[in-house]
Order: sequence, then C-alpha cells, then structure tokens
Amino acid sequence: MNTALERLWNGMVKENPTFVLMLGMCPTLAVTTSAMNGIGMGLTTMVILALSNLMISMLRKIIPDEVRVPAFIVVVASFVTIVQFLLEAYIPSLNDSLGLYIPLIVVNCIILGRAEAYASKNPIGASLFDGIGMGLGFTIGLTFIGVIRELIGVGTVFGFQVMPEAYEPVSIFVMAPGAFFVLALLTAVQNRVKMSWEKKGKDASRIQSGCSADCASCASGCKGMAGQGGTEA
Amino acid sequence: MNDLRNVSSSPHVRAAESSADLMRWVLIALLPAALFGIWHFGPKALLLIAVTVLVCVASEYLYEKGMHKPVTIADGSAAVTGLLLALNLPVGAPWWMAVLGGIFAIVVVKQLFGGLGQNFMNPALAARCFLLISFAGRLTDFTYDAVSGATPLAAMRAGESVDLTSMFLGTTAGTIGETSAAAILLGAVILLAKKVITLRIPGIYLLTFVIFMALFGGHGLDLSYLAAQLFGGGLMLGAWFMATDYVTSPITPAGQVVYGVCLGLLTGVFRCFGASAEGVSYAIILSNLLVPLIERITIPAAFGVAKAKRGKKA
Repeated sequence: MNTALERLWNGMVKENPTFVLMLGMCPTLAVTTSAMNGIGMGLTTMVILALSNLMISMLRKIIPDEVRVPAFIVVVASFVTIVQFLLEAYIPSLNDSLGLYIPLIVVNCIILGRAEAYASKNPIGASLFDGIGMGLGFTIGLTFIGVIRELIGVGTVFGFQVMPEAYEPVSIFVMAPGAFFVLALLTAVQNRVKMSWEKKGKDASRIQSGCSADCASCASGCKGMAGQGGTEA
Repeated sequence: MNDLRNVSSSPHVRAAESSADLMRWVLIALLPAALFGIWHFGPKALLLIAVTVLVCVASEYLYEKGMHKPVTIADGSAAVTGLLLALNLPVGAPWWMAVLGGIFAIVVVKQLFGGLGQNFMNPALAARCFLLISFAGRLTDFTYDAVSGATPLAAMRAGESVDLTSMFLGTTAGTIGETSAAAILLGAVILLAKKVITLRIPGIYLLTFVIFMALFGGHGLDLSYLAAQLFGGGLMLGAWFMATDYVTSPITPAGQVVYGVCLGLLTGVFRCFGASAEGVSYAIILSNLLVPLIERITIPAAFGVAKAKRGKKA
C-alpha cells in the first residue's frame, strides 16, 4: 500500500511528467487549447499508461531485451487503438477535438519512458500505480495549462463564461506561443513552491523513491525515449 | 600598491559613451517621428506614447526591484522600448492594450532573458507582434479623424493608386510613428551623424528590399511603385530604428550584411506573397532569431590565424 501511495505522489508531484520530467511535450503544447481538451487528453493518456504499465510489467520476464522497444510499442499501440474506438463510440466530441493526437499517444514519451524506466523492472502492483500516478500528474499538468489558456485566450473555463462581458480575449494564448508561455509560467511556479517546501524541511524527495537508485539507466532510457518521441510525438 | 598593474579581463579599450548616452540619442532621433505622430493623430497618440513609456519603465523598475537586481531604468532603454512600441501601434489602440504590450515587452522579452543586452528579439517589436496576433482586428484598424483609412500599402494591394508626396510627409493612415518617412529620415540622419548607427544594416536592408520588389513586385522597375513600397508601412521605422538595435543585430561587419539581406528578403517575401500587406515586424523578429547563427558563420579570423585553417576547423 505504501508503494502505491508513494508511486502516486511521485507521479503527481515529485516527478510530474509535465513540469518536472518535461516529457510528452507535444500533446502538452498542442491540445491544451481548452480545459476540456487538457483533461480529456490527460485522462486518455492515464488509462493507456496504467494499462500498458500493467501489461509490460506482467510481460517483463518474457520480453527479450533486444526487442523490448518494439514490444512496448505493440502493447501501447493495442491499448491506444482500443481506447480510441471507445472514445469514438462514447465520447465522439472529445475524439473529434483531440483528433490526430490520440493515435499519437502510441509514441508519447511518457508511456514509453515509464515502460522502459519502471514497468519493465518492477512488480505488477507498483507498475500499475506508477502508471496511474504519472497519468494523474500528466492530467493535472494538462488541465492547469488548459484552464489558464482557455481563461485568458477565450475568457471561459470548461466552456463556461468566467470573464466579464467587457473582457477582450488575448487570443495568442490559445495559439502555439501561449502554450509555451503558460507551460513556462507554471513550471516556474511549481519550482518556486517546491523550493519553499525544501526550506521548510518538508523535502518531497525524502520520500523513498521507487527508482531503485538506478538513475543512470533511468536517464538513458528517458533520453532514448525522448529522441523517439521528439520526432513523432 | 598603485604601481601594481591590474590585469583585468576585456574590454581593455573603453569609449566615453555609455548605454545611457546612446539611448538618449535614440530618443532624440525618435522625437521627430513621435511629434509628427502626435500632430497628425491628435492627443490620443500622445496619451498612448505616455502610457507605453511609463509602463515600460515602471515594469522594468518593479521587476528588477522584485528580483533584487540592480535597477537599470536610468539607462533609458526601457523608455526607448516604450516609445518604439507606441510608434508601432495604431492610434485607435485602447490604453490597456498599450499597458499589456509594455509589460510583455519588458518582462517577458527583455527581463526574463536577462535584461538589456540579453534579449533575443527586439522587445518593442515582439510586443507589437504579440498584440497583433492577439487582437488582430484592433491592431489593423487604422481609423483616424473618424475616417476609416486604409494604409497606403493596403490600398496599393487593393490596386488603388497612392499619393507619394503625402506618403513621404506622412499624412496617411498607419501606426503612430510609421507614416512619415520624412520625420523618420530626419531622425536617421541624427543617428548617423552621431555615429549611433552605421549605414550598413539599414542600407543593405533597403537595397535588398528594393531589388526584391523590382524583381517580384509585379511592377518591374516602376519607380513610383518602388518608392511607395519604401515609404509605406513600417519599413522606414523598422530599418532605421529597430533593425539596428545593438542587442539583436550582429556585431560582425559581414554578419551585418547577411542580416540586412535576410531582412530585405523576408520583408519582400511577406509583402509580395504574404496574407497581409505588411511584413516588416515579422521580418525583423525572425531575423533577430537568426543573429546568433549569422554571427557564428561570420566570426572574423583572429590576428595571426590563417583563414583557410579556420575554414577547415569549421
């Protein structure tokens, strides 16, 4: 149970994929034009991440090392296909607004990164919660970005008018540059908050990491993933 | 102790001018264009200029105070940014837009990248483009004196004829500071005479642009068309006052030539083939981004180092 909580905390706060690991930047920047898109993308990714982590963790002793990345991609792609069909059937509006970015979840570097760095080395339960934690962290990140961009760029939040009538939306915020502004701003804010935690002695990093202290392999795994993700995701 | 020779790091040769002196001359050189804008567009233009200058200086002061950095408002660079931003706005822009632009220019483009000397793009132009993208309708509405006026460039694009004399003098529609080529050239002469800028960047910029327009403008060597393109839009203001910004232009002479050619080509491409009649702002900020690369390929050979050797290494 402890591992589960630790994994959730790790994914949401300590190693938040959006603000700390800076992974999955393509969906982060491209689809967060509204709060709804942000939360939709985040939750979709979370489902796939949790399922693929679970599956890859189960298969971790069967998958040969030499072909692990293709094997991961096959697993992830299967789940993405399933989820896309489900979205198409039950939430077609979300499917339409996310469009091409759903199939692109296959090459999302968070998913491949977690498969490589965590799920392929850790037991099933921990991997599942790692996936959920990372997915929640991603959802939180995307939702925050989406809320702020929608608020400033359109004047609404989740489609509801928030700003007064006279407010003139700063439409650059729903375009690509706005995504960078908001991402940078939120990253700076969360760094500031974590710095003040450290000052108070509530060091978040003191909670035992499940990274098995193997930071080198983790980093190299992430790098490889980022390279692959960067070209496609 | 006084006999000890201090070995300090470069620069070893110092000039008497300071940033503050240079900025003062830029401000003086911008005065004709600003005064003309106020005369032409009325007190609303003065209000906009005052707002942007105040906001720029205030946000520089507040940011530097807040970040515990030395306060550099006395060097006048924030005031220059503010004035340039105002001159790049149409007179119909509401005051809060000027405030937003001023804050964006100073805080996001200048201070977040390290303050004066570190900004990667001209702050005033970046702010103008920020506003232009955000409030496209408002920023391209050049109504003044209750007359909805198309800018000369837009009129030319629509196939109407334009009056060259009024374009040169500046009694046309446009942003506050760009309409009068005469007032801007007067300022440019001041800058050139005080050696604040050299002719290299603006000269090459305008020359490349004229050649490009003669080749692709669709009017051949029609002198009145070329002159109208030169005097129209933000070209004059951009070429003399914003392309020559020390921080965002190359320091190597060869680099300045390359930079000028880039500016001319991009402006020409935007004006000829772009969706809008204007293109100077985007041409300048895009070229600003190319500056580090331009400088890298035009580093002069160090004394005593053969050119061929450098080429091999590179």
